[in-house]
Amino acid sequence: MIGEQVVLDNVGFDRPGSSMFFDATFDSGTITAIIGPSGAGKSTLLNLVAGFETPTSGRVRIGDRDVTGLSPAERPVSMVFQDNNLFTHLTVETNIALGIRPRISRQPGDRETISEALERVGLTGFEKRLPGELSGGERQRVAIARAWLRRKPVLLLDEPFAALGPKLRRDMLHLIRTLQAETGMTTVLVTHQPDEAAGFAEKIVFIDAGKTIAHGPAQQFLSRTDVPGLAEYLGR
Amino acid sequence: MVNRRQGSAAIAAGIFVLAAMAVVIGAAVVALFFEAAGSSAQTSPFYDSYIWRVARFTLLQASLSTAISVGLGIPLARAIARRQHFVGRTWLIRLLAVPIGLPPIIAALGLIEIWGRQGLVNSGLLWLGLAEPVSIYGLPGILLAHVFFNLPLATRLFLTQLDRVPSEFWRNADQLGLGASAVFRLIEWPFMRSHIAAIAGLIFMLCVTSFTLVLLLGGGPAATTIEVAIYQALRFDFDPPRAVTLAVLQLILTSLLLGLLALLGKAPEEGATLGQSTYRHPDRHLGSRVSDFGLIALAALFFVSPLVSITISGLSADLPRLLQEPIVWRAIATSLAIALCAAGLAVSLALILVRARHAAQPLAATRLWARLLRTTTTASTSLVLLVPPIVLGAGWFVLLRGRVDVFALAPVLVIVINGLMALPFIMRVLEPAHTTHMARTERLSAALGLTGRHRFVLVDWPGMKRAFSLAVAFAMALSLGDLGAIALFGSQDVITLPYLLLQRMGSYRTDDAAGLAFLLGLVCLALMVFASRETARPANETMPLTRRHSA
Repeated sequence: MIGEQVVLDNVGFDRPGSSMFFDATFDSGTITAIIGPSGAGKSTLLNLVAGFETPTSGRVRIGDRDVTGLSPAERPVSMVFQDNNLFTHLTVETNIALGIRPRISRQPGDRETISEALERVGLTGFEKRLPGELSGGERQRVAIARAWLRRKPVLLLDEPFAALGPKLRRDMLHLIRTLQAETGMTTVLVTHQPDEAAGFAEKIVFIDAGKTIAHGPAQQFLSRTDVPGLAEYLGR
Repeated sequence: MVNRRQGSAAIAAGIFVLAAMAVVIGAAVVALFFEAAGSSAQTSPFYDSYIWRVARFTLLQASLSTAISVGLGIPLARAIARRQHFVGRTWLIRLLAVPIGLPPIIAALGLIEIWGRQGLVNSGLLWLGLAEPVSIYGLPGILLAHVFFNLPLATRLFLTQLDRVPSEFWRNADQLGLGASAVFRLIEWPFMRSHIAAIAGLIFMLCVTSFTLVLLLGGGPAATTIEVAIYQALRFDFDPPRAVTLAVLQLILTSLLLGLLALLGKAPEEGATLGQSTYRHPDRHLGSRVSDFGLIALAALFFVSPLVSITISGLSADLPRLLQEPIVWRAIATSLAIALCAAGLAVSLALILVRARHAAQPLAATRLWARLLRTTTTASTSLVLLVPPIVLGAGWFVLLRGRVDVFALAPVLVIVINGLMALPFIMRVLEPAHTTHMARTERLSAALGLTGRHRFVLVDWPGMKRAFSLAVAFAMALSLGDLGAIALFGSQDVITLPYLLLQRMGSYRTDDAAGLAFLLGLVCLALMVFASRETARPANETMPLTRRHSA
């Protein structure tokens, strides 16, 4: 099991007109769903963990390392975005190969590794295709295959299935679950579907207006009454 | 920019380029003002009636050219937008883009062939029994040429506006049974009106700073603009003080105009579509069909006739003899070498500025200096418009005169002026492409740890090569067709194709001129075709065009 604990230790993030504050711990090897209204800062939280944004104050720790000053590639993190996970002019094979090593050259054995990863996500034989020839769901599967193959301790998912239909979305969540169970990656998923989050994750974090409001077990989380703003977000 | 180290390098390079540009342009401007201050005491040329006449004519021809271009552009764009389906529509819209890359000298020659003393129009008029031929030289010729270049521009920009009308508007208009005049008043006019001022301002600016067309079609001192008068003062009358006065006048004029343009708002960006995305139910009234298609046919004839004419006369010129003249080959080689260097300069400067702007973007929210840098890079391209090539050239002419041999430095000066001249246009090609490319790939590259040459080969070059080739081809075409800088600094030692063409025209060797114009047009056309074909090419192919021509 490769998972590591992720800690946002009093992380402040200021932009003109908005000021965010996150304090949260994601335990090693767990699946956490982040829910909250649009613009609450769900993606910003993931970007802070991945290193696409730098905190104004506080520290970000992964495992026993302080990663606050590290660039995205130096952090033990894989992130799947909602879109643009693949370079559209490169084949599926090359896109995945860049997860093995970010260089022009390949090494013997890479081909087998890539085929295996594609097989894991149900895309056997897709090596030579271009992303443009794939459906939205298939493209996300390629991105997941690459994340699986990179074996980073932390997997961040920024609404990767928002554009997919209900059945496809369920299939994808199932796939993530299987791969997560196998590797033990600490997984954090941002989602707009609270019910799905409750069924998929072990923990839920509720964010509102740039603050982590509540954090707890997924079960019964949505029916909690002690979380300010949650009822309004859910429309109850 | 996600990688901080690369970010600060990009910003530093951007600041360096801005400083260099400020020095090159600033030195010319300062030299002009010093010279003007020094000389005004003795000769007081500010009160010279000649200068005021020239200034008045400059504004007059620009106002008339703008009024005609915009006035005809509105109905023409409306006619094209109303007729979504007719044979040759796509070609007509492509034709409207031709003047962007067409060297003015070729257009002028073509217009003379159609509208000149021995041209088609006058022959027709004579045949009809009209004794007095229309003269193309002077104000009519200048207006004709400016409309030839700016009517397509206005039409394209208005057409873009009309393409932005949501198709629900047309469906609603159909459902409500609105007539043509109601549609114009309620839909078409409001969409075009919001940009008329900006479009007119842009065209006015282009006409005030136009050089080649006025040089070739203007008729003596009565029909001369400031730009041409500067050239004549420097090259023919050897009267630098007058050139300086004129240049200062032009600077004041362009800065006033740029200020006005800023108030009017930006001219709309052109859409990438060919204008066929909108649903439009055709207006079936006979009258409107006749007027629409009549207007379209007349416009097409006006745009195409000079191009066809120059092709015919070019082909019937004695090309083999022309190609045996060593001076022609020297001109071609010089032109291409200067164009390549100018394009290299322009594209490098543009890339550095674009990258610096991009790197400063995340910092701009919190840091004043980053915001300042982003504004300055935008302003720097306006600075290039503020100081037209002839004025920049005049400034450096004054600065270097008496210290070094100006004509020995000609190639360098022409390359720098041509490169700077192309910069605003190149930025408009590269910046949107770079922004889109970065939005697609920057986070992914950073997440995977793709950097340096690996990132360049795998991601940046494939993603940017189309915009890059377009920028290079465009900058080369601009430089190849330029007559401004070379007219000031050209000599028997440094001859480009347009300069040679001008000489042959001056010595009434019309046949040679037609042949040279044809060659020049062919090179520019090849460049444009190459640039637009680049999309379908594999990544690592080099430019075959330059090899073909130097062989």
